[in-house]
Amino acid sequence: MTLKHTFKTAITGLKTHRLRSSLTILGIVIGIAAIITVMALGEGAQNLILSQIQNIGPKLIAVVPGRQPKGPTDIFSLFADSLKQRDLELISRKSNVPHADKIMPVVFGNESLAFTNETYRATIFGVTEHFAKIYDLYPAEGRIFGEDEIKSYANVVIIGFKVKDELFGNDEALDQKIKIKGRNFKVIGILPKKGQFSFLNFDETAIIPYLTAQQYIFGIKYFHRIAVEADTEANVAETVEDIKTTLRNSHNITDPEKDDFFIETQVEAMETVSSVTDILTMFLAAVAAISLLVGGVGIMNIMLVSVTERTREIGLRKAIGATEKNILLQFLLEAMILTVTGGVIGIILGTSFSFLVSFILSKVLALNWAFVFPIEGAFFGLVVAAGVGLIFGLYPARQASRKNPIDALRYE
Amino acid sequence: MQIYNKEQSFESPLIFVRDLEKKYVNDDVETPALQGVSFTIKSGEFVAIIGPSGSGKSTILHLLGFLDAPTGGEYKFEGKSASDYSEEEIAYIRNKKMGFVFQSFNLLARTTVFENVKLPLFYSDVPESKWNERAYQAIEAVGLSHRIHHESSQLSGGEKQRVAIARALVNDPQIIFADEPTGNLDSKSGQVVMDVIEHLSRKQKRTVVLITHETYTANYAERIITMLDGKIVSDGKVDERHNTSDSFKK
Repeated sequence: MTLKHTFKTAITGLKTHRLRSSLTILGIVIGIAAIITVMALGEGAQNLILSQIQNIGPKLIAVVPGRQPKGPTDIFSLFADSLKQRDLELISRKSNVPHADKIMPVVFGNESLAFTNETYRATIFGVTEHFAKIYDLYPAEGRIFGEDEIKSYANVVIIGFKVKDELFGNDEALDQKIKIKGRNFKVIGILPKKGQFSFLNFDETAIIPYLTAQQYIFGIKYFHRIAVEADTEANVAETVEDIKTTLRNSHNITDPEKDDFFIETQVEAMETVSSVTDILTMFLAAVAAISLLVGGVGIMNIMLVSVTERTREIGLRKAIGATEKNILLQFLLEAMILTVTGGVIGIILGTSFSFLVSFILSKVLALNWAFVFPIEGAFFGLVVAAGVGLIFGLYPARQASRKNPIDALRYE
Repeated sequence: MQIYNKEQSFESPLIFVRDLEKKYVNDDVETPALQGVSFTIKSGEFVAIIGPSGSGKSTILHLLGFLDAPTGGEYKFEGKSASDYSEEEIAYIRNKKMGFVFQSFNLLARTTVFENVKLPLFYSDVPESKWNERAYQAIEAVGLSHRIHHESSQLSGGEKQRVAIARALVNDPQIIFADEPTGNLDSKSGQVVMDVIEHLSRKQKRTVVLITHETYTANYAERIITMLDGKIVSDGKVDERHNTSDSFKK
């Protein structure tokens, strides 16, 4: 018997019980649809987060003090003060790090800002004049501070949109003096409304020269970050290596395992986020796959009923020349046609549903969320559906093929 | 339909049975259905096996048709012992050399006459291009050309049985096994069916083994084997048998 006719026979067998066949595949439809939805939305969420990270800029390298956190208690607990002025100078030397274009030390912390009777707790950023270019963040009013003002420990501040609003309301803020840790700072610039940018909200920050911040606000001699921008994207990797070499020499470190600093780049951040969201998506898909298992048991159940019901048909087929293999294949194909059909419907339903969710997220919640058709998920779904049919169809099909023809023909 | 004339070698009989036994075991209770049966059937013979219900006549047919396995004795088909055939060879023999007609027709429901008759071709080595022609011929031979695209459920009992015969014929078998083919039919339909079966024997020279408990049906045969309690009580030509016993006459 050719495969074509076994296929036709299987289709005919299923068509004679339309309602039963369609109810049977429901479990598979729901299972595959759930997997597709989870995978599509997982990919959408990942893309959303990755696009946020991309905002930071592909050329940016962050040198962070301390050991790379290996667990929750590790974070910034070791060598948090390892990046000092000397390191900044060494990294700034062209002979050490030739492709570093802009180098900016960063210190930050939360402090209260006061103007007359108003106070507001904001994040103080101690940086250099490069911050404007690095973060693409220019004051809407006023100016940024210059190199001279940094060197002279000037008490000047550029405030975020929300800080201005909280302290001054609609009044003029430029050239006013606000108090931070008892010192008066002159407002020289006001940032435009920016909203959430990457993981920061510049609306709630006050930006001051880093030396001033170290000396008068935080009372520290080290940096919380050194931001380095490479001259081109292609030189990022080389620049990272140069910085590592420079800092290891400076800190007398021979074993890279003992580094008292670590380096973050956009590529690395994206890899981390990708692996986290991938694991999460796989986990959710695995949960959804449980319904496939239930669906598979349903298929097996119905196939067993069908085999019993069609005992006489099986007996007849054997009497007129069907081999055990013919019968096995016929019932196995019936089960697989059921599950693959269920899989296809599930893929269509799951895709439609995730498209709908993407649409709602992007239009109603105004998220930068793009619908992604999960090709891998669809392929995976089809393979799994066929596999479920194969596994759960095998037992009933064997039962059918092993029937003794005369017992089958006598069956009432 | 063309007439198939089978040339058979007469060196070994088509069917050779010696001391054949069959016991059914049900809930540890043994029921002997056949208790040592011996006979031979030559190619082209029309043999009726008769006897009351429980006499073992259907069991013989099941064993001869490889539908069941004996528990003792010997059965040779075409000179080769039944136990020496593989599962695939048996499937091939059932498909190409044997045709079965059952009391309960066993047609596929919700399937047309045409598709029912074609069914054995699916499992055969006949090329697909010949299937329709073969099926037409077989349906014509049983006089059902006008019913070809009807579903089996729309037919009368006699017509159903003729479809079953057409299905048995479609692969041009040497031997037809008919198990109470008229058992579910009224006498008029039964007669039409028997006329078709007689034609297969007399005109087409096929071997026919007919199981029946009706004497008038058995009288179509050339030879009658009478069974009682799992044993053969008589075996002879129709006219000889008529002289010895009429106990099953209706």
